[in-house]
Amino acid sequence: MLYDQINQNKRKTVMLFIGFFMFLAIVGAALGYFMWRSVSMGLLITLIVGIVYVGYVYSQSTDIVMQMNHAQELQGPDDAPELWHIVEDMSLVAQVPMPRVFIINDPSPNAFATGNNPNNAAVAATTGILQRLSRDELEGVMAHEMTHVRNYDIRIQTLAVALTSVIALLANLGTNFMFWGGSRRDSDNNSGSNIVGILVSLLVLILAPVMGTIVQLAISRNREYLADAGAVELTRNPQGLISALQKISQSEPMQEDNVAPSSAGLYISNPLSREKMSDLFATHPPMDQRIAALEKL
Amino acid sequence: MNIFIWIGIILVLIIAYVVIYNGLVSARMHTKESWAQIDVQLKRRNDLIPNLIETVKGYGKYEQGTLEKVIGLRNQLMEIPASDQQATMEVSNQLTSALKSVFALSEAYPDLKANQQYAKLMEELTNTENKIAYSRQLFNSTTANYNAKIQMFPTSVVAKMGHFEPSVFLEVPSEEKVAPKVSFSDQGL
Repeated sequence: MLYDQINQNKRKTVMLFIGFFMFLAIVGAALGYFMWRSVSMGLLITLIVGIVYVGYVYSQSTDIVMQMNHAQELQGPDDAPELWHIVEDMSLVAQVPMPRVFIINDPSPNAFATGNNPNNAAVAATTGILQRLSRDELEGVMAHEMTHVRNYDIRIQTLAVALTSVIALLANLGTNFMFWGGSRRDSDNNSGSNIVGILVSLLVLILAPVMGTIVQLAISRNREYLADAGAVELTRNPQGLISALQKISQSEPMQEDNVAPSSAGLYISNPLSREKMSDLFATHPPMDQRIAALEKL
Repeated sequence: MNIFIWIGIILVLIIAYVVIYNGLVSARMHTKESWAQIDVQLKRRNDLIPNLIETVKGYGKYEQGTLEKVIGLRNQLMEIPASDQQATMEVSNQLTSALKSVFALSEAYPDLKANQQYAKLMEELTNTENKIAYSRQLFNSTTANYNAKIQMFPTSVVAKMGHFEPSVFLEVPSEEKVAPKVSFSDQGL
């Protein structure tokens, strides 16, 4: 079942890439039409910017994500023995290489994993989680993160973050351009059809980042139940993760300076908000449903 | 023309045999590697125990019997031949519970609990205990994988020809099944 999951994730990565690429093409066409009345010009620029930017973000993702979240890398087990040893244990039993380990200085308990594949993965934990959780609870959380690593969830997430940010970048370019007073070049030339074209382009540009975010959040939401179940498979101790999730859900959100919103979906529990949001925009399934699912194991 | 078909069939059979044989060797290798993991941790723990005894000794009339039991089991563990996995694990499990009682006793000595050296040792020993438990889990899952391969067709044919013996699971002591690692939960740091 796990191997099905991994293969499914690898297939989904390809689908996601194609889907996002087509979406990017639409945004590019809209941008081109809006700025220069030239769809092909827009497509060309989008292609170049997209490949360069996505390639950069994807290859540097671990360092970018860790920097965005103000995470410090541990140099060895002596920096935080308990965390280090637990991560070691979980990578042993999950049969993946030892990831890099980071700490975020924030009193709210939370953790996440990132990277392109299990060979260059990284996990991060807040100082709050180290202080408030017992060893069994922390083990459950780290097992959850290592399951994300083993399942290649981290690759999908990384790609989604990279693609969403390039769409946001291009859309921003387009909407900013509007305020500089662009597109006055051919104001006297069959303006009737142009207005419709401009409006449609504008709509695409405004909606693009929202669409990207919705896709990204949906991806992360579905992964959580599986990672919870996978964590129990590793630790053989559902109670550890259950009480960890309870403690995490009952604590205050993280400080906003410490969390980049684009990486909120990576965390084990939404770091920015504890209240129930509408389902479409939630990064995570409701905590009580996750705990109920775990109790059935 | 016919001869080419026969050569083709033989070639396919040889390639299949080699591929399956190599798969079996690597599966058996994995069980050996995961046993080596356990062995490394057992040795590490044996090295840590004298330090623990030294640190604990100085504190009051610390139960001599408990410490002697730990030392006795440690020495016993070193004498068991490396090939006898079941006996090694049995003594190791006894040592685990003897160490638990040392940790439990230390609760009664606030000075000892506050001792930096002792806190460090506790983390190291808890770490090796957990690693032993997780390595055992890994050993059993690699064993399950290897044993299943030996029994499944067509791998079973190659396994018989190559004399691949099934690997034996490590039993989990019944007390640990009920409450895994219970006495370590809050003593980590």
